[in-house]
Amino acid sequence: MALELLKNATLPKKATIYPIRWRSRVYAIAGLAILLGITVIVTLAIGSTHIPFDTVWHVLFAKLPFTHAEPTWASTVETIILDIRLPRLILAGMVGAALAVAGATYQGLFRNPLADPYLIGVSQGAALGAVIGFMLPISWQAASIPLLAFTGAILAVAIVYSIARVGKTLPMTTLILAGVALGAFLAAITSYLMIASGDKLHGIISWLLGTFSLTNWWQVTMVAPYIFVGTIIIWLHARPLNVMQLDEEQAQQLGINVERVKLILLGAATMITAAAVCFCGIIGFVGIIIPHAVRLIWGPDHRFLLPLATFAGAIFLILADTAARTMLAPTEIPVGAITAFLGAPFFLYLLRKRKRAVF
Amino acid sequence: MLYLRLENVSLGYGKRTVLHNISLEAKPGEMLGIIGPNGSGKSTLIKGITRLLQPTSGQIFLDGRDIANIRRQELARLVAVVPQNPALPELFTALEVVLMGRTPHLGLLRYEGEKDLATVQKTMEATHTLDFAERRVAELSGGERQRLTIARALAQEPKIILMDEPTANLDINYQVETLDLARQLCRKQDLIVVVTLHDLNLASQYCDRLVMLSDGRVHCQGIPKEVLNTQTIREVYGAEVYVYPHPINGLPATLIVSDKDR
Repeated sequence: MALELLKNATLPKKATIYPIRWRSRVYAIAGLAILLGITVIVTLAIGSTHIPFDTVWHVLFAKLPFTHAEPTWASTVETIILDIRLPRLILAGMVGAALAVAGATYQGLFRNPLADPYLIGVSQGAALGAVIGFMLPISWQAASIPLLAFTGAILAVAIVYSIARVGKTLPMTTLILAGVALGAFLAAITSYLMIASGDKLHGIISWLLGTFSLTNWWQVTMVAPYIFVGTIIIWLHARPLNVMQLDEEQAQQLGINVERVKLILLGAATMITAAAVCFCGIIGFVGIIIPHAVRLIWGPDHRFLLPLATFAGAIFLILADTAARTMLAPTEIPVGAITAFLGAPFFLYLLRKRKRAVF
Repeated sequence: MLYLRLENVSLGYGKRTVLHNISLEAKPGEMLGIIGPNGSGKSTLIKGITRLLQPTSGQIFLDGRDIANIRRQELARLVAVVPQNPALPELFTALEVVLMGRTPHLGLLRYEGEKDLATVQKTMEATHTLDFAERRVAELSGGERQRLTIARALAQEPKIILMDEPTANLDINYQVETLDLARQLCRKQDLIVVVTLHDLNLASQYCDRLVMLSDGRVHCQGIPKEVLNTQTIREVYGAEVYVYPHPINGLPATLIVSDKDR
């Protein structure tokens, strides 16, 4: 069964170049993970109340198990770091990671560079759910709005999926068209509700633009399991996703169960996107720009692209949110505006620098 | 010994049946040519053997097993395809594309190891693709991409290779080189090679047996001498040709005859 004919051929001893590139990409993943840690520590110190780095470090260190540091800092400092800035940073990081990895997944599944996590109705479904949440006369909106947003996002994609499905197969073009059409329909309802919303309009608009201003630990613990599990599922399907870049027929002929992989990846990417947007709103640009930036720098292999995009997305959104809360302090800028404002020039620079095919 | 056998297979898309009651057989070390005019169902046959299409009637057997009962991943270890004009992801390198051929041998969590790299390197050597292993697909010519997909098919270490018009879009030197390679692999590794061709001379020179399709049915099959003659070509293609024995090996060679000489 082995290639007897070819065994006799003289060969260089090893494929020398490939393993090296492999290793450099692994280093890049580790490097980005470390950079993420540094970003967290540095941005914890930045804000309307400046806190020195060593204090940040000590406060965090004191919270580790089995360490007993005597507090030499005011309790307000500890509150600012641990209860205000840290949950906000972590949520921003998770949302950035989720949007970036979901964007990379959608781009891979649809083999389309314009795909982003909101392509097939997640954002419009979430927006409609959230707007309904704002308008319902429920007292505890902190829970009802995200719950309705999450449900709206999942429902929208489920409807799109069931419309596009033909027998046992899922034609991706039909899926996009159904998603765009349903999205427009939902957006129309949302627009009408917004006009009818009266004094709640300001809250709605700031949700739609995306903000982390009201983050607390409860939100972090609600969202974390979905994003964590979904991201792991996506990472595990990196190699099938690579093979599916050929096209569906070739992928099947190489032994990939294409329909099952599509279903798993769509489900996981949709779940983490819904979880990402339900508390902080529709933050644009991360899901499309981060995967492309990573692809431009480190290549299209999803086994590296997906983890690299995860960390890069987290770093990017933490930095964007830090800018959002500090640039015009005490006024907050919607983080969605910042992502585009900071991200677009950087991306254009990358495009210009690497003059070659992007996708 | 692994045989490929089709028994009264009909294939189609939705309600439209493209192939009717196809029966054929191929054995290891044999090169089987599928010929016939455009639209006669050559590519559909390949989709059937790789189970992209389910037969509406009849069965396809590999080694006595109905392929409907073989898991997709196992099927990919037995049957590899060299598609016609395949879409290849432009940003991937040639080596990465060939490594995808190892997919049926790897589980979800296993990445390519030394053994896979070694296999791929051998197939790339054999297909003369090693020189551009590190180049991106976007930079490769049509002929280079064609050889790349052959390398990928070989990397699957299959028992059967199905080639869909492997010589279309190739210059004559690459046509000959591609089919030379296919025949060497077929003989030395006892592979079954099924190749669809529209060039009757290549079919005659390289294939041990030919199946001539016409309108989705088998018009005739047999060794090239039995299948290729003025009469069958007139019946199936509606073309006037002159068939004579090749001066070197006596196999049927087809010459076109233009209207002024008829």
